[in-house]
Amino acid sequence: MADRKELFDNIKSFFVSNMVTIVFVILGIVGFYYSGLSLPFFVNELSIRITRNSLLVLALIIPVLAGMGLNFAIVLGAMAGQVAIIAVTHWGIIGVRGFMLAMLLSVPLAIVFGYLTGKLLNKTKGKEMITSLILGFFANGIYQLVFLILIGTLIPMDNPVMVLSSGVGLRVSLDLTGGLKYAIDHIWMMSIPWTALTMSTYTMLFVLIRFYINKAGKMTKKVKNTHLYILAVAVIVALGNIYRINMIDENSAFLWALLATISLPILYIAMKLYFDQSEKMTKKSAQKHYYFVAFALPSFLLSLYIMRTASIFNMLRVPIITVLAIAIVCVFTVYIMKTKLGQDLKTVGQDRHIATTAGIHSDKTRLTAIIISTVLASWGQLFFLQNLGTMSTYGSHEQVGMFSIAALLIGGASVSKATIGQALLGVVLFHTLFIVSPLAGRNVFGDAQLGEFFRAFVAYGVIGLSLGMHAWKKQIQSRNSLK
Amino acid sequence: MKNNEYVLQMKNISKEYYGNRVLKDINLSVKAGEIHAILGENGAGKSTLMNILFGMTVIHETGGYEGEIVLDNDSINIKSPVEAMDLGIGMVHQEFMLIPGYSITENIKLNREITKDNLVNKFLPDKLKTLDFKKMGTDARKALDTLGMGIDEWVKVAGMPIGYMQFIEIAREIDKKNIKLLVFDEPTAVLTESEASNLLKAMVKIKEAGIAILFITHRLDEVMEVADNVTILRDGELVATKKNNETNVMQLAELMVGRKIEKIKKSSTEKRIGETILSIENLNVMMPGEEIKGLNLEVKAGEIYGIGGLAGQGKIGIANGVMGIYPTSGEITIKGEKLKLNNPKDALNKNIAFVSEDRRGMGLLLDTSIEMNIAITAIQNKGGFIRNFVLFTQVNNKEMKSHALNMIKELDIRCRSEKQVTRRLSGGNQQKVCIARALTLEPAILFVSEPTRGIDVGAKKIVLDTLVKLNKELGMTIVMTSSELAELRSVCDKIAIISEGKVEGILSPDASDVDFGLMMAGEYKKMQSKGDDIK
Repeated sequence: MADRKELFDNIKSFFVSNMVTIVFVILGIVGFYYSGLSLPFFVNELSIRITRNSLLVLALIIPVLAGMGLNFAIVLGAMAGQVAIIAVTHWGIIGVRGFMLAMLLSVPLAIVFGYLTGKLLNKTKGKEMITSLILGFFANGIYQLVFLILIGTLIPMDNPVMVLSSGVGLRVSLDLTGGLKYAIDHIWMMSIPWTALTMSTYTMLFVLIRFYINKAGKMTKKVKNTHLYILAVAVIVALGNIYRINMIDENSAFLWALLATISLPILYIAMKLYFDQSEKMTKKSAQKHYYFVAFALPSFLLSLYIMRTASIFNMLRVPIITVLAIAIVCVFTVYIMKTKLGQDLKTVGQDRHIATTAGIHSDKTRLTAIIISTVLASWGQLFFLQNLGTMSTYGSHEQVGMFSIAALLIGGASVSKATIGQALLGVVLFHTLFIVSPLAGRNVFGDAQLGEFFRAFVAYGVIGLSLGMHAWKKQIQSRNSLK
Repeated sequence: MKNNEYVLQMKNISKEYYGNRVLKDINLSVKAGEIHAILGENGAGKSTLMNILFGMTVIHETGGYEGEIVLDNDSINIKSPVEAMDLGIGMVHQEFMLIPGYSITENIKLNREITKDNLVNKFLPDKLKTLDFKKMGTDARKALDTLGMGIDEWVKVAGMPIGYMQFIEIAREIDKKNIKLLVFDEPTAVLTESEASNLLKAMVKIKEAGIAILFITHRLDEVMEVADNVTILRDGELVATKKNNETNVMQLAELMVGRKIEKIKKSSTEKRIGETILSIENLNVMMPGEEIKGLNLEVKAGEIYGIGGLAGQGKIGIANGVMGIYPTSGEITIKGEKLKLNNPKDALNKNIAFVSEDRRGMGLLLDTSIEMNIAITAIQNKGGFIRNFVLFTQVNNKEMKSHALNMIKELDIRCRSEKQVTRRLSGGNQQKVCIARALTLEPAILFVSEPTRGIDVGAKKIVLDTLVKLNKELGMTIVMTSSELAELRSVCDKIAIISEGKVEGILSPDASDVDFGLMMAGEYKKMQSKGDDIK
């Protein structure tokens, strides 16, 4: 009975602490049902939006961990990215070369913006979020001043395509077609099942290799051999992926199925070994690995299955380089948090006073966090715009902060805690709602405007709700600590 | 190389804050392997001296200091705490400098994390190298073992007993390889008795390892127990430096306070004890950790009524219950009128005032001025210090200020001005502000809980004197709750000892130690009912 009560309490606390995320999962599912969208269309739309927006959301994580709250000032990063795009487009450098140049150009700008933002936030400790929000608006004013008035007056720019006919100020929108549009996305596209297959394979490989490295010293030879075997097979799978065996071919499909059936029992043995020895690991990290595999294995099998069918999913394509860029930023974030700098960030985030007493330059550390965030945001905006294909000169950056933060919060993050998983989950949920809500609104209420309204409401509402709930939780905690 | 036997010498140290001399010609010398205690009331200059030693920015921002600091043989001028750390001076803080979300190891290695090279980061700056948790764990283990702590080095600090946290702080300091001098800033203030004695043992161990210790404390018996030498400061001046075997507790107390501590003279003979003013029947208070279960109590007008007992037995719950701060049931009668329970406003209206034991949490608005702190309850509840403009009201600043100045003088609150915020006041002065606020209400009954907790000897005396004076001159009924029996016995007319949420017995202050002891332990009634002779 006690066990059952404990279980019940656990479930309850799970629901309470993940309330926001759960509500949005339900909203997404219901919305999808009423939107009447076909699954492939929805998945395609969603995958585009995920690759487009993830980087911007990931840029938010490090300041949160440094205790600076949600960095609304990534708007400044976005501006740095746009300045670079305007320059590159003006010079007529196109394609990958143009994009690379834009990335390079945006870095010094973003560092300067981030530095100034960080300086300001160090002066307004405890009020970082409202400061960065207002700073975003203020910077927007300067941005407009530069590109609406100074271009053509102080800054000479002879480009009738980009500059207004009066010769002063940039046009409202900038068409990137033939320039930076799809500069990165179209380098290498892969079908969705392929991408899923590759990703899940590498995920499982990653878990296994890490496990192997962690435990290698303590293992018997027999266990080591087993692991070598697993590794060999996994490498074959990976190589197979890289050489992209023609999947339509019946025989190679058979080969794949065979590989899968061999690797399954091996995986099983590996997992078993893993759990036998995972006692020494903390419960949390063991759980994390478990989730990794539990997610990767079904998607591995599912994508194998889909590839054998003539499903329309095989026609949907994913920009691999962009996905890789997202993966690199994820790895980068994880890596940073494991370094001395990361430990400093966490320490400053948990208690600035203690950090300073221990000799950590907390202001400098906070500055670093904001600079990293701003640079990542500038690149995020570059990836965003090269996919979108048109840049609204005075508008593209405006909502970046708000939407990214809403996405992060929907994923279950809070002002003081954010993970990569939450960021990615948040992007999925937030954009699911974006895709389905206008159609669902039209179908249910007979008015697409209602869904549109709901969409905007969601973005602002979730930020308010989440901040409120965070304050509420803190209050409860302090009340409990009094007891 | 070392021809100087002292690890640290501070010579003729003086310091001024805005023309206000807070330290004057302080000399201090500490040898390796010596425990040197620094005694002094709050405000005597101990913290300023330590701030100078650690090169805190507050010192340099206010014009530095005069004098010379010599570490080993070198004259040094420390500009930042980091520099002090590099030179081998460590500090065990009074408030814990621990991150609750981190493991013990991470806390011990805070900002001294060990990094390691791998393929990726070989060429990166140190900041971007990953942490070597394995090595950090080994080091932490070693430091913990030195202190004789068996606890797992990977346990998170959150939720640990306070005594452990103190030891982790110390482990962090002795883990520093070049540590020469360790400063303990009132380390036992927050510890239980057994934890404190463990700590003293650990200090001796550290001393035996050849590290010099500066031990800042209030507790005289601890000084006598472990310190080799004692330096006493008073009002920024060095009063005396004594060897342990040349002095005793009474002398130290005298030197520290600068006036003889006397037992407060009682004048109960002249007192007019009146009718029952407060009667409590079957009181239950749900105060976590200090629950009251069915308690009866009767207080007569004009009494100083003491409430004593061990921690956790419920003595603190009574005042909190009467004031309606925690959920309460039962019957409370004030001057024949029933008190509305769970209603602080009604308690205030019935002329009851309360000085809470939780000074910083409940007693004070920490970021608000002294004068506002003194006046706020009267403003809110009694319409005091208010100018009424019919449609709206305004606080009467002039009246509030003059009242505050009056109180500051009366109670000897040491502050820069009546506008100073209360956060940075010393414990004793904060307590005086709390009492001043209660007095502003001109209460018929004053509840005071733990009035002298965490304040130094001199301030203690003033607080207790004030209570006695109020009682004598204004005939105010005072219900005083305290963990310090000696204090209750010196002031009160009657003392009720609380055990397991009930009154175990009521004693006169002159009753024998045995009776008090038995009641505190909850054995008195049992003994009585058995009919045994207690003596």
